[in-house]
Amino acid sequence: MIYWQVFWAHFTSNLLGYGGGPATIPLLQHEVVDRYGWMTNGEFSEIVALGNGLPGPIATKMAAYIGYDVAGIPGAFIALFATVAPSLILMIMLLGILMRHKDAPQVKRLTKVVRPTIAVLLGVMTYDFFFDSFTGSGWVHTLILIVVAYVLLEVRKVSPTWVVLGALIYGAIFLGG
Amino acid sequence: MNKDLFIAFFRAGMLGYGGGLSAIPLMKREVVDRYKWMDDDEFSDILALANTLPGPVNTKLSGYIGWRLNRWTGMLSSLAATVLPTAFLMVILLTLLNAFKDKPWVQGMARGVIPIAGVMIGVLAIDFLKKAGVGLGWPLTVILVVASLALTEFAGVHPAIIIAVLILSAFIPWRKKGGAS
Repeated sequence: MIYWQVFWAHFTSNLLGYGGGPATIPLLQHEVVDRYGWMTNGEFSEIVALGNGLPGPIATKMAAYIGYDVAGIPGAFIALFATVAPSLILMIMLLGILMRHKDAPQVKRLTKVVRPTIAVLLGVMTYDFFFDSFTGSGWVHTLILIVVAYVLLEVRKVSPTWVVLGALIYGAIFLGG
Repeated sequence: MNKDLFIAFFRAGMLGYGGGLSAIPLMKREVVDRYKWMDDDEFSDILALANTLPGPVNTKLSGYIGWRLNRWTGMLSSLAATVLPTAFLMVILLTLLNAFKDKPWVQGMARGVIPIAGVMIGVLAIDFLKKAGVGLGWPLTVILVVASLALTEFAGVHPAIIIAVLILSAFIPWRKKGGAS
């Protein structure tokens, strides 16, 4: 049963996540936090942050950890399979049809039309994380971390690895009380 | 062949930070420039194809390229190189963090990364919103944003249902045109 739930959570999130790995994150959060209650928003945010700090595709890293956390090593492989296999199988099978229609306006619209919804889901998730941090660490620390992280990531283009490492150290020193 | 595939996608995966998209130019460098398995146009075609399907882009690219060059074993080598090393690192790191969850400084570390995750996801949200505005026009984007927010947050509709409906809606005019031509 648990294996089936792990499979289903990742299967639906990735099959509906148009726009690559990042688009699947809020859908996955919905399944993992809201629907099955496997972890809290705070725990999910750790996965997002560490997943961004490590190299490689984000969706598979998250799947591996969530699967492992919920159902051990078999869970990790089931989650990875559910993340990778469906769209890859579709791609190999539908190759000919897709090649002919990849420039068709309908196919292009497919990606476009889900973007506002994905943006809303990502926006709500941002609010959830900020709110969690606000209640857990107070607004001073939250604000400092938000501003510094934003400037480093978006203005100075520092690698996420260093930003996540910095936040871990900052947290260990100032937020451990 | 399989060893080359593994090395190529391992390199591209380990050097590509910040989600899948940053690894795509690195994949291209391996597949097109270094190993010359295909030319530029072919790679672009495969990328465009991968973008028309849902789910993570990297694994579709590496899996498909592996499959094309060496069928099942090629596909599995490429996928293993793309997915497993970083998945393994992720499990080790988080398990380690969880093992010391009772220590106050580890709890502090966990608190420290929450706002960082918020910033990362927030940046993605803005990015998706901008692209939506450019692609669909702002009036339609605003309507869809308000409707999505109302349905998911206040009416409690599962987001998967909204996305499924939107995907189907993209196909409706296509059927009409197909029937007419």
